[in-house]
Amino acid sequence: MKKFFAQAYIWLLLAILYAPILIIVIFSFTEAKVLGNWTGFSTKLYTSLFSGSVQHSLIDAIQNTLIIALIAAAVSTILGSIAAIGIYSLKGRKKMAINTLNNIPMLNPDIITGISLFLLFVSFGVTQGYATVILAHITFCTPYVVLSVMPRLQQMNPNLYEAALDLGATPGQALRKVLIPEIKPGMISGFILAFTLSIDDFAVTIFNIGTSGLETLSTYIYADARKGGLTPELRPLSTIIFVTVLILLIIINVRSQRAAKKKEVL
Amino acid sequence: MNESNFIIELKHISKSFGDKVVLDDVSLFVEQGEFVTILGPSGCGKTTLLRILAGFGMADEGEIRIEGKEITDTPPHLRPLNTVFQRYALFPHLNVYDNVAFGLKLKGVKKDEIDERVNKALKMVGMTDYEWRDVNSLSGGQQQRVAIARAIINRPKVLLLDEPLAALDLKMRKDMQMELKQMHKTLGITFVYVTHDQEEALTLSDRIVVMNEGKVQQIGTPTDIYNEPVNSFVADFIGESNIMNGTMIKDKLVSFMGNECECVDVGFGENVPVDVVLRPEDLILSAKTEGFPFQGTVQSCIFKGVHYEMIITTTTGYEIIAQNYKPFEVGTLIGIDIEPSNIQVMKKERLFNTFEGEMIDSTHVKMLGDEFVCNAVPNVEGGEKVTVKVDFDKVDLQDNKEDGTIVGSVHFILYKCDRYHLTVHTEDGENIYVDTHDVWDDCDIVGVRIDPDDIQITLE
Repeated sequence: MKKFFAQAYIWLLLAILYAPILIIVIFSFTEAKVLGNWTGFSTKLYTSLFSGSVQHSLIDAIQNTLIIALIAAAVSTILGSIAAIGIYSLKGRKKMAINTLNNIPMLNPDIITGISLFLLFVSFGVTQGYATVILAHITFCTPYVVLSVMPRLQQMNPNLYEAALDLGATPGQALRKVLIPEIKPGMISGFILAFTLSIDDFAVTIFNIGTSGLETLSTYIYADARKGGLTPELRPLSTIIFVTVLILLIIINVRSQRAAKKKEVL
Repeated sequence: MNESNFIIELKHISKSFGDKVVLDDVSLFVEQGEFVTILGPSGCGKTTLLRILAGFGMADEGEIRIEGKEITDTPPHLRPLNTVFQRYALFPHLNVYDNVAFGLKLKGVKKDEIDERVNKALKMVGMTDYEWRDVNSLSGGQQQRVAIARAIINRPKVLLLDEPLAALDLKMRKDMQMELKQMHKTLGITFVYVTHDQEEALTLSDRIVVMNEGKVQQIGTPTDIYNEPVNSFVADFIGESNIMNGTMIKDKLVSFMGNECECVDVGFGENVPVDVVLRPEDLILSAKTEGFPFQGTVQSCIFKGVHYEMIITTTTGYEIIAQNYKPFEVGTLIGIDIEPSNIQVMKKERLFNTFEGEMIDSTHVKMLGDEFVCNAVPNVEGGEKVTVKVDFDKVDLQDNKEDGTIVGSVHFILYKCDRYHLTVHTEDGENIYVDTHDVWDDCDIVGVRIDPDDIQITLE
């Protein structure tokens, strides 16, 4: 009996968590304009999403989102990895201080990050647009990359880098041939994390996107919803994004599990 | 080449981390083809010395030369030596072949030659047919073999080994010791080996460098170090030994354990306090007591495979350890003798504690970072620099650190057959040497008290 309640509780919790997403997924397979009406199974919304019958601005928004996410993720992966190596080689109090400084931006509410970046750009007279959004995304993604690369460095045998130098590698070669291959899994996880964070972001983006008409997916949906009623094609789009994120998350988890197993063998 | 025959010259190397002096004026010269072991307890600076030699750490002071060429400031990748690390440090993302070939590939050696040399190196360490294996799938011993192959393939002038066998189990360690010794012979490369295992050091080395607290204690062949330790630290660290206080009466006559014995040592002077070392296997035991210089009662007798190990209390109150092929029953009184040549006499490093101090007023002296009450010193106003002398047995250690004037931690315990000789580290980094009958453990925190009567002050 006790077990039954425990199980039921878990399922109830999962149902509450996933109900909103499930509703979107289910209603993406019907044609009804208003969310909540079921007019029979159809994949028409999916075809119209890709056939270009939707407004051009939605496609633009998707494109912008992906480009921004790719650039932001790539740059923050590089910056974050370099920072992680730097922090790793620090010692004692300094290391702790920098680690804490790295963690604060992650705990900082997005809205504060957004406003402060907005003020920064304004005070430097930077015109808001593509560049400011990318810079903003790099800013909040980098600490996450540091956080995912750090454990790889800490698990690493501290003599590896020295062993490479000992065998005649210059510091640069040791970095390329030994250190980077060692932290690569962390870098990839960091990249994926940064990518999803960037796609997902609304609060920081809205403050830094400017007024030139640039839209990302999140700002587009927001504007669309405020105009009254969501464009029906957003349902299949949400479904696709959800599934993509799900797959990425599964990849990250499988990777980290495999890494853990490999460690156990050692 | 140059005028010196030494392949490695370390001259006056000093190194500190913060306030802590890790290496204090260490000099070492190694000849071409030698197997030199740096031996010492953990924290004695041996690994730091090796890292400075490899170039992973820089010395604060001193000079390093290899084949006469100065390399003090040369970065590690340009030094003609290779290292085998304690935890192997194989590159996990590369297989055995690529690990071993790492150095040659960097040098741009041709593929055919790399193939040939990798095969040869793997054959040398008995790892043929493992080329394509993932290094993570290998056992500890196999990984260490690959690590050795990876180092020797570069034909270094010197091979540095940092406790390479410490992570292996006993059986594997013994096998690898023999193989390393064989490899050293075949390759003709100079080996510098770091270990805390005295048995390993005695087995492998041509010469041993015993280190403690950042200083070289003794350099010599294994037999020298074992038979003629220069101080009580070396005698205690290498092998089992009975170390006790004695007095050199005159040349070739020493008194210890309540009797005078003939010995072979000369040149200490007359009536000089010394340390006497007796190796357990050198003691001659007999059921007869008559005519023997010492008598004692057997306290315990344990079979150790080849010999029996006995703890014997002498009639004069000393507790000694002895090894014998024949057992004696517990409780029997036996006679003990020793050959004159087996009595090792050592000069004492110090006879009493000396501290630098400063008078506060005529009855208070500041030393060891705190104020001590002393007997009134005449004509003192305060501020005078003084030297304070305290006998070893006049330092009083207290369980509760609150009961002492200052706090210290027990650091090195030497059993001297009728007493313990302790080294106590004070909080501001000075050493107090204490003779006591109480049992203390390493790292015990103690309160240190000194009776005013026992503080002997000399004005400078």
